[in-house]
Order: sequence, then C-alpha cells, then structure tokens
Amino acid sequence: MEGIKDKVAIIGMGCTKFGELWDKGVGDLIVDAAYEAFEDAGVEPNQIDAAWIGTVFSGLSGITLAPLRLSYIPITRVENMCATGSEALRAAVYAVAAGACDIALALGVEKLKDSGQTGLAGPAVVGSSTLGTSGVAPGYSPPASFAYLGTKYFHDNGIKPEDGKRLLAKIAVKNHHNGSLNPKAHFQNELTEAQVLKAPIVAWPLGLLDCCGVSDGAAAAIVTRADMAKHFRADPIYVKASAICVGAREGQLRQDYDFMHIEENVRGSRRAYADAGITEPRKELSIAEVHDCFTIHEMIVYEDLGFSPRGRAKEDIEAGTFTLSGELPVNTDGGLKCFGHPLGASGLRMMYEVYKQLQGKAGARQVKNPRLGLTHNLGGNAGTGICSCFIVGNDAG
Amino acid sequence: MVGITSIRTYIPLYRLSGDEIAGMWGGRNLGGEKAVAGCDEDSVTMAVGAGLDAMRDYQGKIDRLYFATTTAPYKEKQGAAIIASAVDLDKSCYTGDFTNSLRAGSLALKSAVDGVQCGSAVNILVIASDCRVGAAQSTFEQILGDGAASIIIGSQNVIADIEDGYSIFNEFTDAWRTEEDVFERGSEERFVDTAGYRPVVKEVVSNLMDRHKLAPKDFSKVVFYAPDARSHNTLGKSLGFDGARIQDPLFAHIGNTGTAASFIMLAAALDTTEPGDRILFVTYGDGADAFILRVTEEIRKVRNRPMVTAKLERKMPIRYAQYAMWRGLVRIEASRLPERPPLSVQCLSRERKNVLGLYGVKCRSCGTPQYPASRVCVVCHTKDNFEDYKFSHRKGTLFTYSVDHLQPTLNPPGVNGVVDFDGGGRLVCELTDCDPAHVEAGMPVEMTFRKLYQSIGINSYFWKAKPISGG
Repeated sequence: MEGIKDKVAIIGMGCTKFGELWDKGVGDLIVDAAYEAFEDAGVEPNQIDAAWIGTVFSGLSGITLAPLRLSYIPITRVENMCATGSEALRAAVYAVAAGACDIALALGVEKLKDSGQTGLAGPAVVGSSTLGTSGVAPGYSPPASFAYLGTKYFHDNGIKPEDGKRLLAKIAVKNHHNGSLNPKAHFQNELTEAQVLKAPIVAWPLGLLDCCGVSDGAAAAIVTRADMAKHFRADPIYVKASAICVGAREGQLRQDYDFMHIEENVRGSRRAYADAGITEPRKELSIAEVHDCFTIHEMIVYEDLGFSPRGRAKEDIEAGTFTLSGELPVNTDGGLKCFGHPLGASGLRMMYEVYKQLQGKAGARQVKNPRLGLTHNLGGNAGTGICSCFIVGNDAG
Repeated sequence: MVGITSIRTYIPLYRLSGDEIAGMWGGRNLGGEKAVAGCDEDSVTMAVGAGLDAMRDYQGKIDRLYFATTTAPYKEKQGAAIIASAVDLDKSCYTGDFTNSLRAGSLALKSAVDGVQCGSAVNILVIASDCRVGAAQSTFEQILGDGAASIIIGSQNVIADIEDGYSIFNEFTDAWRTEEDVFERGSEERFVDTAGYRPVVKEVVSNLMDRHKLAPKDFSKVVFYAPDARSHNTLGKSLGFDGARIQDPLFAHIGNTGTAASFIMLAAALDTTEPGDRILFVTYGDGADAFILRVTEEIRKVRNRPMVTAKLERKMPIRYAQYAMWRGLVRIEASRLPERPPLSVQCLSRERKNVLGLYGVKCRSCGTPQYPASRVCVVCHTKDNFEDYKFSHRKGTLFTYSVDHLQPTLNPPGVNGVVDFDGGGRLVCELTDCDPAHVEAGMPVEMTFRKLYQSIGINSYFWKAKPISGG
C-alpha cells in the first residue's frame, strides 16, 4: 500500500482567535480563518479547486461554506466527532494526492457557545454507546467517560489518589503556561498546581481545571501538490502521514479491554509512524499537538503514542519532558486546555501550531530547530474511539 | 391444597425519618422512618425486584401474573406486561393489573387461589407494589412508604395453605385520589377509624371465625392491614388478640406501603412461624378480605429466613431535600448539558428483548457473551452465529467507574461503571443504590431494573448495576 508521504504540502493556514465569540457567527469564523489562509498562501479564493468543511454541530452539507462564495466547485461537509477538523484536512490531502485537484481548502469550524449549553453531549445523547437506538445508554457526561481511565489507571498502577491528581495538575499547568504565550488562545492565564488541585471536582479525578473549555473557533489549511508547493512559498510544510483509526466499541464489549489505554491511539499512531518512516517518535518528533480534552487523556496519550514507556508517564511528567523546553514539547500552543474544543476546528488548529513551529514563526513559543511535528485527535473515548494522527515536516523528503 | 408457595419482598434502600420531615416542617412528629423508592424507581420497577426475587430459584412455570397497585405508572398501558418482560416470563403468561383499591393485592390473591383451585392455572405470581405520595407537610407524608412483595400461588410445595377466606365490600370514602390528584387524600381520621375501618374489619373477621368456630386463641399470628399505627393498635386490642400474636405492621420501619403493606407483613409473620401454625390474614380497602392460613413443613425450606428483618436492616438515610426532589415536590434547575433525544417507541419495540429482558447474545463460534445482540461477533468476527444470552440475573464485578457531577440526575452525583459479568460479557451502565464514596474497582455488583428517564410521556425502563446486597 502506497502511503501519502511527501505527495502533498500545506501552503497556507489560518486560525481565528478561539473563545466566547459572542459577536461572530459561523460565517464570520469561516471567512476569518479562510482569508488568513488565502493571504498566507498567496492564493485567490477562485483558485480553490475543491473544499472540505468539517463541523459537527454548526452546519449541514457543503453549503455551510457558502459565506466564502466559492461558487460551483465541489464542497463536502465531513464529520468524525472530535477528529472532524483533521478529517477535513485528510480529505483535501487525499484529493490532491489522487490528482483530483491541484489546490484544495480544508476548513473546520464550530460555534459551540451559540447553543447556550455548558458542555458537550454525553454518550446517551450522541449515540456513541453500544446500546443500540433505544435511548437506554447511561446519561454520563464527557468528563465522566474519561474519568473511567483515571480511576482504573491510578488503581492498577498503584498511584495514590493525591499523587495522581498532582500529575494531572502538572499537565494543566504546562498547557496553560504555553497558552499564556499565545494571543489566539481562549484562556491565556497561567495556572498553579494549587489552583488546579482545589478546583471543584467534575468527575473524579478530573476537576474543573482538568477539563478543556467550551469555545468557538475556526481554522483552515490550503494544500497543493508537493511539486507545486514552492511556487507559492519558500517554506511549505509537507505531509508525511495521515492515519485515521476507528474501533468497533471493543472497550465497551470485551472484558480484555483494560481502560488504561486507548487502542485506537496506539494503532493510529503506529500506522502514521510507519508511513512517515518514524521508528523512535520520542526522539524523531520535534513537537506534538495531542488531544488534551481532559488531562488524564494527555497522560495516557504519552504512553499510547510511544512517548513514554507503558506505565511510566509519571516519570516523564515529573521530569518536565513535555514542557516547552523539554525533550518533546507537547501542546506548545496551549492545547485544548487553552483553546477549548470547538470540534470541527480543533484538528486544524493543532496543525496551525505545528505549521507555524516548523516555519519558525511561533514567537515566544518557538521550539528549537523543529523538523517533524504530529497532531493527534481522539473522538469518543476508551473503546469507542476515532483516532487521527497527522505527521508533517519542513523537509520535502 | 392450594396456597402460598413463595413469598418475597422488595423494600427500597432509602429511608426518610420522621425527625427529618418534622425538622423540615415543624409540627407533629410521628417518629420512625419510612421506606422511599429511589428517584429511578416506581411501582413497576419495585414489582420487578420482588418478582425476580421470587423467580430466582423457582423451578415451575408461571401461568399468570397479577400486578396489584394504586400507583401504576400508566393510566392506560399494562404494568404487568412490563413486569413480565423484565422478569422474563413465558409469552403465554396471562397478565393482568388489579388497581384502584388498597385491597388490590388480596383481590388478586383471591383470584389467583380461585384460578389454581379450578384448575385453569398451575402457578400464579401475584405482585403488589405501591409508592403513594403525601402532600408536603401532611400526615400522609409521614405515613406513606414504598415497597413491593410477591406471592406465588400454587398447589405444589405449599408453605402456607390458604384454608378459607371471607370478603365483604364496603363503599366508603376514606382514602382516594381522582384523576387529577398527585397526592393522597383522606377523610378525617376518627371518622375513617370508627365508621369505616374498625367495623368492617371486625365484621369480616368475626364472620370467618364463626364459620370455622375459631377463636383468637386458635391463631398463632394475626396479620392485618391498617391505615396507620394508631388504628392498627386500637383494632388489635378490640379483636381480642394478645399483643404477642399481632404481627408488627412495620409502619415505624417502612411506613404504610399501600397494596404491598399486608403482603410484607405476611412475609414478616411467616419468617417466624413453625409448621402447623394457623395465621389470620386480613386486608382492607373498599371492604375487607380475611383468610385463614396454615403453615406447612415446607416453610423450613424457604431461602434466607428471616427475610424481612435482613431487608429492613439494609438501608440508607436520605435528607428531606432529596425526597422532595425525587417526588417532584420542588422544581429544580434543568441541566445545561444537551438533552437526550426523544424516545423512539419504534426502536424500543424492536429492541424490547434487549432492553426489558437484558438479553444479549453468546457467539456460537468463540463462546463470548456480549451485550446487546449484534450481527458480527466483537471477538472472532463471525457473522450471524449467536444464541440468546440473558444477563439480568448474572452477577458481575465493577471493572472501573466514574462519579459524574455534571450528569443530569435527581440523585447527584451520577455513578457509572463498566461491569464485567461472571461468565463473560461487559456492560457500561449507570450504578444505583450505592454510596459514591464507597464505589471502587473490583466491587461485586448485580443488575436491577430501573427507570432511566421520562420522554414523550413514556418511561424509559432499563437495567442498572448496584452493589450486591445479599439476601
């Protein structure tokens, strides 16, 4: 099977400020993200051959992209839960690689705050449960679905509750530090460990500050053939791998599923590493943007993605391995923790950060001489997941 | 010989004390405590609890199910059919609801005895269950409790022979609810006691005793219903039974549980009887029924005797605020999380065996039990090679759990778990009847039938896990 490596390049990206954007509609966010990308790529809107719009709640069909007035080209709306933004990019990348078009736009948008709701739907509402269509799924919230991992991970690894809480707090503190350096983040405040620890409990071990926020935002990417990329800019970013890995609800159905890892994360990342030719992700990756919807998930991702040995994330968290100045900086832009999680936008927002880092344009957050970066999303939860992994690099290969 | 072959009770976990109610409202404190159905329980779910207990080690086939209640969840739509589905009775079982009278339990019992005696049925399961609500601050609020009990009537392995019975009807307005009434209504207590309850019960008892030329001394126990503790006390004395022979109505422990009350009292009485004992059993409501029961040798084989005492001891106190929320006495703020979509009766109908009977499947190729039924095995990926597999009676272990402070529930926080069933199969579901502080991985659990929520005027019934209670 031929991979996607070095066939497609990203030549322009845009990302709105994320936050409670009361004065902006879905159309405003789409226009803001797309026009930043057009300008960045030096591409006129009428040069776009095809477009993919990723959104879960903020629009149906390709017509969602109508505010851009990209008349009479193929446009498709895609949805893949929390991996929706990455899915839009994947579609555009594959279309270009297949030769179906030369220049494609991928845009993700979500306007969560217009719903008046304070959080996302749990499994009973979105049907992300095994329990058929009869509406009898348990009524728990998204944080509770990740708390399962925390209670089990701590229990089986012999981590005392208070020690476990402190490890998770360190992840929140790290991401908030990074977010404080990012003018596009929803939350730009530093947090202390003490603040995280004393926040009200939402679903033990997760307190309020272990959870990402509810935000509005949009992000966009323009992709073209790798051999055409330098016509547009001197520093295009090349796609090395794109993997989507979807489970069959094994965790909810099989007793051998351990609730201490997410198999989709493991298999999705290995597939991406193989395509990109990566054998030692911790050494070879310069930066990773991972799905820190809840701090416990970032902790488990360290192990699932092979950054830390199984059961050893603790040591790496304590050693500061994933801080801005650490061995492998993770969530350098502040992550979901500081951007919130407008589902359609998140995957592309992560890519925006990796793209800027690889171009050396990440300002105060810039890591030294980056070469390869990864973005990772997980939709659903343990055993019902949709994992997306993108790997990109600044070398044409 | 036609009589009782099994009697089991279901008493909800929660207790609201007279102190708690009086602390809320001031005024007269009747003392004691009452059993309170959880916010996910109703007369149907409690009846399922009592029914499953009866069926646990029962070998015979149930030909009929009679459900007796004054608090059926539906005005039109049978409770017995829901119960029969959850208890997993054979499709040919004849189901009926007995309603509208506090005597519905014994009316159903009498019909069951007649049905077996005339030979049209072999075994009949009768379940009485009630959860009546008194208005805030009313005497009824202190008196009315919730509970259920099941009795199987048959002619084999009878533990208490029903030798005879006598009944009268009496049109008398002492306790009632109209279509519009949410709360119990009642006439003035002295009037109820002296003009209705006492004369009617005395009449039915004296008629039955005269017919058999029996006197109070011929009975080792007398079990009789009463609206409240005081009328029970007064009547006991006036019937001429000495205090030791009068079965405690348990009002101070569980309150007056309506149609279930006399069944629960009878179960408690049978807990401490010996073969050969004669029991006088009297029920009341729109008239009265009196029965003479004779205990047999089979009583010694009954599982977990004494059964009722153990159930009374397993309890969790609640505050008045919880009670008020559970019974809808106060309006609470709606959740700001997205709501569940409306129930689809079409989906429920298609999946009714999964949902009400907790049936999954077992793969014939690799032997893995799985819930719910599916077409392709989650382990070996074989297509369409399954047999039905019931999970409702299986015990399990809590693999992991999460306590959710955002979950929309009338008993926050929500507790949820991943249940691994003994013998295989896993279910992610809600937990109930547990103290969130004492939930832990590895805890043994069992399944219980509950009401998840209401949507488009329909109760969504499904199963939850609860810590194993024993018994």
